[in-house]
Amino acid sequence: MKVSYFPGCTLRTKAKELDLYARRSAEVLGIELCEIEDWQCCGGVFVSAKDEIASKLSSVRALRAARDENMPLVTVCSACHNVIKQTNHAMQTDETFANRVNNYLAQDKTPTEYHGETEVLHYLEMLRDMVGFDKIKAAVKNPLTGKKIAAYYGCLLLRPGNVMAFDDVENPTIIEDFIRAIGAEPIIYAQRNECCGGYIALEDPATAKKRSNAVSENAANCGAEMIVTACPLCKYNLVKNGSSIPVIYFTELLAEALGVKEG
Amino acid sequence: MHNNSEKQKEQLLRMSGVNPLKCMKCGKCSATCPSYDEMEYHPHQFVYMVESGDIETLRKSDSIYKCLTCFACVDRCPRGVEPAKLIEALRLSVIREKGANHLKAEDIPALIDDDTPQQAVMSAFRKYSK
Repeated sequence: MKVSYFPGCTLRTKAKELDLYARRSAEVLGIELCEIEDWQCCGGVFVSAKDEIASKLSSVRALRAARDENMPLVTVCSACHNVIKQTNHAMQTDETFANRVNNYLAQDKTPTEYHGETEVLHYLEMLRDMVGFDKIKAAVKNPLTGKKIAAYYGCLLLRPGNVMAFDDVENPTIIEDFIRAIGAEPIIYAQRNECCGGYIALEDPATAKKRSNAVSENAANCGAEMIVTACPLCKYNLVKNGSSIPVIYFTELLAEALGVKEG
Repeated sequence: MHNNSEKQKEQLLRMSGVNPLKCMKCGKCSATCPSYDEMEYHPHQFVYMVESGDIETLRKSDSIYKCLTCFACVDRCPRGVEPAKLIEALRLSVIREKGANHLKAEDIPALIDDDTPQQAVMSAFRKYSK
């Protein structure tokens, strides 16, 4: 199976392991990640204002490239996924917005219009819906037996729920199912779908610390030995603000379980 | 309400797509807001202050920079009011003005360390600068 792949800026720099282990794991699971040519940064966050057009063009161009290859678009970073999926939704449902975007696209070298045709999948959705957690379980070589792992969804994978349609917004199970598939034990804790503070780390680090500590302390107090995330900024905030337990990308655990962590 | 605030209100509602009249003032948005303690005006206040035309007060408040866009208020509102979108429209109405960037490129080196992900810088620019 082939899918279009959008790595994103942080996966090329500070979160190389999120990308590397995603690629290694996909290979053994029979998925070919076809990186989009000339992709540009998604912008980091979706700006909800309806008249914000230019900052969403890079996402639309990535979506159009996937459409032209007739493949779903897969992202692994929570932020890229959120921005691209919300942009796609706006292209499908807001005609004025789509017209204005397409006016810009008309200046491109290959000026084809885009209207939200591409299916956008997070890597976790790809694991669940294209591969299947049962198949992953069968492919596991080094099960993480006995490891108590807290899934940290944060906000970007889940919200807004009607657009992301990723899982139940208040009681998600996809990362817990993933944790079970690789042989470990999921820990459920109240803060798993609350915000780490995100970009406020630059504006007001004390707020980021307060939020991040609320998350990591809650997970640790519930007996977790580690936290898994798909988001480089969540990981940064939790680690920077002194999480007492390690914070690890889900792709790294997947690669470890599949026996492909060491190249 | 004078003409200027009527105009501002109309623009904010158009940008955000929010209809404040849907609000039934239950306060759930503020109750669930992870930035509640940092805000002078809270999500439910944004909704009724925009509706009543008290917009300049909000524009001058640091509260517009405290929203994390985590969308907890959006998903947990029983009436679909989407306060975060209104806060975003207010912030944009301020930073889109000439010379009103809240975050400047020259501020960045002092705000980051060796591990800061690019995503954080990108996101902060999207939220605080034009």
